[in-house]
Amino acid sequence: MDQAKLKHALAGVGYVADETLVMALHLAMMLGRPLLVEGPAGVGKTEVARALSRVLAARLIRLQCYEGLDASHAIYEWNYQRQLLAIRAEEAQEDTLFSDKYLLKRPLLEAITQEEAPVLLIDEIDRADMEFEAYLLEVLSDFQVTIPEMGTITAVTKPVVILTANGTRDLSDALRRRCLYAYLDFPDRETELAILTARAPDLEHRLAQQVVAVVQALRREELEKTPGIAEMLDWAAALSGLGVNDLSGDPKSLQATLVCLLKTATDRDACPSEVMARIVGKVA
Amino acid sequence: MQTTRFPARATPSERMADFIAHLRMNGMPLGPTEGAAALEALTHVDALSPEEVRRALKVLLVPDADRWRGFDALFDAFWFNLGKTREGTTQASVHSRSSRPTLWQPHFASSGGDDTEADMTPSTEDGEAEGVEGNLIATRTEALSQRDLRNLMDEASLREAQAAARKIARAIRDRRSRRRRQARRGRELDMRRTLRAAISKGDAFDLHHRTQPPRPMRIVALCDVSGSMTVYARVFLAFLKGLLDAQTGAEAFLFHTRLMRVTQALQDHDSLRAATRLSLMAEGFGGGTDIGAAINALTDRHGYALTGRSIVLILSDGYCTGAPEALSQSLARLRRKTRRIVWLNPLMGWRDYAPVNAAMQAALPHLDAHLPANTLDALARLEPEFARL
Repeated sequence: MDQAKLKHALAGVGYVADETLVMALHLAMMLGRPLLVEGPAGVGKTEVARALSRVLAARLIRLQCYEGLDASHAIYEWNYQRQLLAIRAEEAQEDTLFSDKYLLKRPLLEAITQEEAPVLLIDEIDRADMEFEAYLLEVLSDFQVTIPEMGTITAVTKPVVILTANGTRDLSDALRRRCLYAYLDFPDRETELAILTARAPDLEHRLAQQVVAVVQALRREELEKTPGIAEMLDWAAALSGLGVNDLSGDPKSLQATLVCLLKTATDRDACPSEVMARIVGKVA
Repeated sequence: MQTTRFPARATPSERMADFIAHLRMNGMPLGPTEGAAALEALTHVDALSPEEVRRALKVLLVPDADRWRGFDALFDAFWFNLGKTREGTTQASVHSRSSRPTLWQPHFASSGGDDTEADMTPSTEDGEAEGVEGNLIATRTEALSQRDLRNLMDEASLREAQAAARKIARAIRDRRSRRRRQARRGRELDMRRTLRAAISKGDAFDLHHRTQPPRPMRIVALCDVSGSMTVYARVFLAFLKGLLDAQTGAEAFLFHTRLMRVTQALQDHDSLRAATRLSLMAEGFGGGTDIGAAINALTDRHGYALTGRSIVLILSDGYCTGAPEALSQSLARLRRKTRRIVWLNPLMGWRDYAPVNAAMQAALPHLDAHLPANTLDALARLEPEFARL
């Protein structure tokens, strides 16, 4: 699949990607290397993987990282209870005890044992510990997992690996070197409008333009949590759900629906109705 | 756009190697592997379209967000003749300014060859910044005068500053977590794991141990290098180096009107190269200060350095061109992300000094400690204060 086709296909499943991101995905598939996507919260990092899996008609396997994530949660674990039961029932021979039947596959092992190449999403890798990151390097470079009791399992098909991070901690140079890199920033006005139209085709064009303009203006304000694309989509859905079709005519529901955009008390206080009226007045 | 003219015999792979060297010289961690990968990547894209090549090399070679922003300029400089890279290879010679690649030349346009003189005496712009009664007033101009920091690491007093910093770093380093974690040699038995292992094994008990892992407090130091702080800059830089040497994971930043991360530059074992890198970074050194903006830049762009276990150390005299409210807000934001904020103030040691200026007044409620740092002795006396934090 060349880049133009990939871009078109992504747009087909409702993901508007810029040229650089398309290039990153294209190369990730061509070179078989993982892709690290960074950027502020809410710009669609996780969504990239979801859209790609839909385009490729591949399974999406997701590993959500957190502090304290270890190999038994990310790779595999033996099903002890089942092994014990099998021993009690004397149905298991010793050599069958450590077989596929008693193996609990966790996302990483699952991803490399698929018949058809899946999309593996390793979400918020910066939340996991350094040790786990080191382990991940091994899996990502060789696409194989060694289980002492069974031997080495090598990938049948290479998954497309997408990692996301948003700067909770600095990632190791080794991991960065192994990965392709794409930085997603908040989109400009046209792109964001295209995203909104792709996601909510029924929305009135004028309202869509207003929504995008207000969100773009809010991003320039000094807020603690800058509203992302997800918030923008929520807000548009809320407005259309309330039957609003012109922002400047309805300050009340505007203020009421701001809960979709502003997620902290300070930000709410920073945008009282006068400020919103000013912003809307500018864009209308 | 004018394209760079290469020697006719240069093959594409040679040009790519040169490009990689050019990026490496500008601070990207690249090696021969990346060069090969870049050539391979070009076989998968339309190598004749400059924009495609630019995007392909960008996603392939850039390691992080900072360099993501700078890549396009570097790409243009190399392929479109906007700057000329030095002939030859990466032997980064640091002896004289003229041997720096011309790519950087515009930044140094304002400083002539007389960097030794500029070393000690403040430039005229800084001179104007000092008010009539000798009050120091920060200016907003980003004075491009270069302070040469090359000699900063070879004086006895600087060594003393480093030693003081090391002591402080050590005082807050040796902390143990309250949690327990499995360990090969631990002080206590981990009963849960021992039993769990016994269940899967059968008869024999393998003993598992656990211990309290070290949870050091991490220092994030912000050093003000604006005009009013020039006299302290060298000794504070030595102080920062001491902090970094004694603690892995410590971070150091310089700020005047902008914030720069200098952790890696200060950790450089080659002190000559470190000094060169610092003076490259400290362009605008000796200009005005905007402490609030610098702190915001820290929380926004370098948030990974801030955890519940970090101590933020601000080395500044508190003379600031930004609005006091902005400073107060930025400190309040920082407050929520860190354990402690400590302000080291070189003016504190002066007789009759009281933090009455607006910026300090705004900052004080957010600080855990406001300590003097005007002499080496004062720095050395900080240790017990930090042990208590």
